[in-house]
Amino acid sequence: MPEIRYNGRAFGIHAGETVLEALERQGEAVAHSCRAGLCQSCLMRCSTGMPPAEAQKGLKDNQKAQGYFLSCVARPEQDLEIGLPGDALRVEAAIAELARLSETVMRVRLTTAAALPYRAGQYVTFLRPGLSRSYSIASLPEERALEFHVRRIEGGQMSGWLHGQAAVGDTLTIQGPLGDCFYTQRDAAQPLLLAGAGTGLAPLYGIVRDALRQGHTGPILLYHGARNAQGLYLVDELRSLAASHPQVAYHPTLTPLDEAILGGKRDWKPWRGYFCGDPALVNVLKKKLFLAGMPMREIFADAFLPAAAKPAALL
Amino acid sequence: MPSLYERLGGAPAVDAAVDIFYRKVLQDERISRFFDDVDMERQAAKQKAFLTMVFGGPANYSGLDMRKGHAHLVSRGLDDSHVDAVVELLGQTLQELGVPQADIEEVAKLANSVRDDVLSRGSSAHA
Repeated sequence: MPEIRYNGRAFGIHAGETVLEALERQGEAVAHSCRAGLCQSCLMRCSTGMPPAEAQKGLKDNQKAQGYFLSCVARPEQDLEIGLPGDALRVEAAIAELARLSETVMRVRLTTAAALPYRAGQYVTFLRPGLSRSYSIASLPEERALEFHVRRIEGGQMSGWLHGQAAVGDTLTIQGPLGDCFYTQRDAAQPLLLAGAGTGLAPLYGIVRDALRQGHTGPILLYHGARNAQGLYLVDELRSLAASHPQVAYHPTLTPLDEAILGGKRDWKPWRGYFCGDPALVNVLKKKLFLAGMPMREIFADAFLPAAAKPAALL
Repeated sequence: MPSLYERLGGAPAVDAAVDIFYRKVLQDERISRFFDDVDMERQAAKQKAFLTMVFGGPANYSGLDMRKGHAHLVSRGLDDSHVDAVVELLGQTLQELGVPQADIEEVAKLANSVRDDVLSRGSSAHA
């Protein structure tokens, strides 16, 4: 019978037994509820081996691509190494570049000592002694350095350091990547709505370029919202990106994003949405676009939770 | 004779119903407040589990699960009128999908069978 590795321990699986049952029988407590592969309470992630297809039914493409599966219906046919959705790698990183993108936003580029495979749009957590903050990745995996857009927050410890004392060559640890807010191509012609406020642009800056690199042909609407004109950054880069790709429409706006987006009458049923930034805004966009017809499984979001709360957000 | 779940179309039918049903729930002023502060994706997954159950499909909730899962809503005032609203929206969803009336009634019966557990009334029928 196959074996599973979890938390550094090996667990045997009896014939017909699910991963959840095997873990429970051997003394591990795993959150669960329906035991029928529906409610997703028992979501786990496989880092080595292929989870059974049956255990990925009903998950989003992006979750499948990362090895997520439902442990209550997973009857493995091969050895698997598994963990909880929030488990992630840690690597050492060094600051390669610090460049101001606006009065309040710093472009931070990091190089890592070891490879950190990621999808454009995911996020990592920066760790310094006694301090951890999550930032979304704005670069593409094939670029040499990881890129982040860090907004200076009043009294913020990590952002204060990056905007003030930090220098090229300084080191920190990063943990990740996490998040399912990234591009996967099922239909290259599907229209995409990308909307973010403030540094919510960071993951979208990665996602839009990743989609184009993968040959996306459908319309891509990119909305970047801010409270004032200083909050908009990378405007020239995005204008030229839109100019060289006719399928891309770039809308920097000072109007609240839900009004800007839902002002025009549009049938959102065929669309996929990516919403990033402040949680209140992200929740409003998710709800309004869902009610306007966008299917739930086509909605991807990255809500920037305040200080260190982020790793708890599984999806 | 095929089971209710088979007649309704199984898992693909649940997928078709879940967004329609959840949109109705979010927009119904009688019950939307119970769904205001929850993560939408997790909530949609729970709606899916609920629909699978009332379609007569494979969802293994016990009476105790139902009690635990709704206790916090009962303490916020969840009562029969809200369950009635859910059953009504369920019926509208199925009507939109062209499900025959007899099957809609059977679904409503299944939904009503967990009413006492959802509302934490009496003793759990099947713990």
